[in-house]
Amino acid sequence: MFEKLIKLARVKSPWVVHFDCGSCNGCDIETLACLTPVYDIERFGGINVGNPKHADVLLVTGTVNHRNKHALRAIWEQIPNPKIVVAIGACGLTGGVFRDAYNVVGGVDKVIPVDVYVPGCPAKPEAIIDGLVLALGKLGSGDTASARAAAEAIKGLPVESAGRPEEHS
Amino acid sequence: MSSAIVRAVLSTAVALFVAPLAIALLTGVDRRVTARLQSRRGPPLLQPMYDVVKLLAKEPTVSNRAQIFAAWTYALAAAASVVLFCLGADLLLVFFVQATGAVFLVVGAMSVPSPFSQIGAQRELLQILAYEPLLILVFVGMYMVTGSFDVSAIAAYPKPMLLELPLLYLVLGFALTIKLRKSPFDFSASHHGHQELVKGVLTEYSGPFLALTEIAHWYETALVLAICAIFWAPSVWIAALLVAVTYAAEILIDNATARVTWRWMFKYTFPLGLVMSAANLAWLYVR
Repeated sequence: MFEKLIKLARVKSPWVVHFDCGSCNGCDIETLACLTPVYDIERFGGINVGNPKHADVLLVTGTVNHRNKHALRAIWEQIPNPKIVVAIGACGLTGGVFRDAYNVVGGVDKVIPVDVYVPGCPAKPEAIIDGLVLALGKLGSGDTASARAAAEAIKGLPVESAGRPEEHS
Repeated sequence: MSSAIVRAVLSTAVALFVAPLAIALLTGVDRRVTARLQSRRGPPLLQPMYDVVKLLAKEPTVSNRAQIFAAWTYALAAAASVVLFCLGADLLLVFFVQATGAVFLVVGAMSVPSPFSQIGAQRELLQILAYEPLLILVFVGMYMVTGSFDVSAIAAYPKPMLLELPLLYLVLGFALTIKLRKSPFDFSASHHGHQELVKGVLTEYSGPFLALTEIAHWYETALVLAICAIFWAPSVWIAALLVAVTYAAEILIDNATARVTWRWMFKYTFPLGLVMSAANLAWLYVR
């Protein structure tokens, strides 16, 4: 009976934590610009809580490297379910221009399950907000990559990375 | 006899259900107005309710079980204090029940070794230390004017207390600013996101327990605004206007001032509050 209310509340209140995994800060600037009066995610109920324990959405910028992948994983694990992960920028998707460097893991989804990919170098604030709103639908339905990963973990499959999703535009 | 029981049941129902929802709506208005003052659009008015429902539906994660007890005690004590107020109980009892809850919020934060939580808890204790004596002095002023500590007697007082306790009302405003977690006295956990050591004393509360602290905050806000309202007990409409003007002033001050450190608060604001209280009480005594 409360399910519709809970779904509505989840869609209406996406609290965000942003983590920079070795970004050049270009995408970080654009992400934080979303908090400013011009773009303002608070009109969607979004607050930058900066605390994984309070957050629903993890925004990740930067290629992941072999040092901060542990921190990224730790932050993701501390976010209570349901949660969604948004990988921002070309670096977050595949490693961007730094893909071949020796220390670069090359993409957020090699470490944690990702729901939404926001391309761009840097990604525009409009695109980031678009990605966030796209993710809200998944948060409401509960069909998040993290939930699927957790279900697979329970079944005993390896969850080292969630892999890439099926082709969709 | 039975009408008294009916009135008591109604008062309890209003205190338990209407008060927090009204404050939730007021908080929504607060965020919207604050956003407009900052040239933003701001969230919908029901946003605080969406936030709390969402938090209640989150997976519960705690660092230790003391946090669960602390969050529940905080919420229940805050609710009990509002119920007692609506039933017309002794103001000092109401105050101490509320204070118990506030201390348990700190206990829950201190039970976690996280440095954000520890410092936030200590700052929260300092803030409690600042507003509690001043609030007691406000109640003493009310006693000197009306002759009673009972809410029922004070609410029945035929003259508006504001005219005889103007400075003490300002002191109450200081306590209100701290309780609402607004600038300049929001250094233990600002009501804005991600400020003051992540979230200060609230950092380690998550999911349903964070929802409980938010609900407790609604009850506490209802209590302090109700204390503001009885400063004009004779007329409900003027009392409502008084509360609205006070809250609007709080929003303005929040957006116009910078956050102070605890040292600044104790060096300047706390003595000022004491001096204003002493002046008002002395005037009441000698007239």
